[in-house]
Amino acid sequence: MRGPVLTAALLSVAFAMGCRQDMHDQPKYKPYRASDFWGDGRSARPLPEGTVARGHLREDTHLFTGKVNGQLAATFPFAITESVLARGRERYGIYCTPCHGLAGYGDGMVVARGFRRAASFHVDRLREAPPGYFYDAIANGFGAMPSYAAQIPVEDRWAIVAYVRALQLSQHATVSDVPPEKRGELGAPAPAPPAAGGHH
Amino acid sequence: MQIFHHSTNTLAKVSIFGALFAAAGGLWLVLEVNRSSYVTQAGVARIQPVQFSHQHHVGGMGLDCRYCHTSVETAAAAGIPPTQTCMNCHSQIWSTSPELEPVRESFRSGKSLEWVRVHDLPEFAYFNHSAHVNKGMGCTTCHGRIDRMPLVWQEASLQMEWCLTCHRAPEKFVRPQAEVFNAAYEPPADQLELGRKLVQEYGLKPRTSCSTCHR
Repeated sequence: MRGPVLTAALLSVAFAMGCRQDMHDQPKYKPYRASDFWGDGRSARPLPEGTVARGHLREDTHLFTGKVNGQLAATFPFAITESVLARGRERYGIYCTPCHGLAGYGDGMVVARGFRRAASFHVDRLREAPPGYFYDAIANGFGAMPSYAAQIPVEDRWAIVAYVRALQLSQHATVSDVPPEKRGELGAPAPAPPAAGGHH
Repeated sequence: MQIFHHSTNTLAKVSIFGALFAAAGGLWLVLEVNRSSYVTQAGVARIQPVQFSHQHHVGGMGLDCRYCHTSVETAAAAGIPPTQTCMNCHSQIWSTSPELEPVRESFRSGKSLEWVRVHDLPEFAYFNHSAHVNKGMGCTTCHGRIDRMPLVWQEASLQMEWCLTCHRAPEKFVRPQAEVFNAAYEPPADQLELGRKLVQEYGLKPRTSCSTCHR
């Protein structure tokens, strides 16, 4: 009879080992963990207004506000390269297509479900608007559109503006905009678009 | 003098071998119970304060993961969206639905929605989302087909042996960087071949030393 007794003893030891969870559940805060210390129940504390992290003072008003001397900036605060455009395309796909649609006509799937239709980018008023205008809309919201400042970092906002410019050109171009040596390719099947993150 | 009957010889032999099998079986039972979803809670959908459906928002509407989980590419935590993100659309869509009243209440009062944590790693394990999604590890590799989950459940066991299956052989799981956030991505038939190429290209060297994850 000793065998089964020994087995039972071993088993109970083995089971008992899993019972203490002190190391699993340590008295510390992980992101988004609730706290009973603070009145609002959050362990993540809101920054006091005016807090500036060392080295993060927003001195460059062109970059951070989209304005130059109080006027909407007519230029981009940094050079727009192919990689910036690719980034803009990807970010536009993530944050803008739900309302503005893939090509910027204001026909996104959220609009299809009843959200107030966003203006098409392909109207004269917006084709003539300076880059700072779009930056300002992303940062501060416009009409029914809320601010996207919390979701889209500063550089990405400008990348999106650059991509919106490219979209506008894509829908408002003539043969004369095509370099002469490329005109022969017009009418040829479009090359596969470069991969942008996610599916839409 | 014969105290035990002759037949007890057999009984003695059986009990010696039987004890071995009982011990092995017991150990096996412990391990399997430990791996079961009864312990890991894998596959168990959690009831949330708002019955938010990833199936609808990701699978149906095609929202990108990063629309809400904004810090997944830059931080350890993927980010739970603030109520404002819900209201980006729901200020106008389903804006009178009783289902969404907790969201509107949170927006009015500024009090957080208290979501139930689904993936709860033990506190001695340090996981970083950005380190994974920037190196070709897709969301669904760990989270399963989130675009088909009405309520979220934990797909994997989240046990160390599960982490190690990939850390020991990333070529079996890595995908092209452009497909990381594609919930419908299916690995190709030549995954191993592609995987070895991507491991080279992305410079994947997932370590298996203790201090990689335990600090």
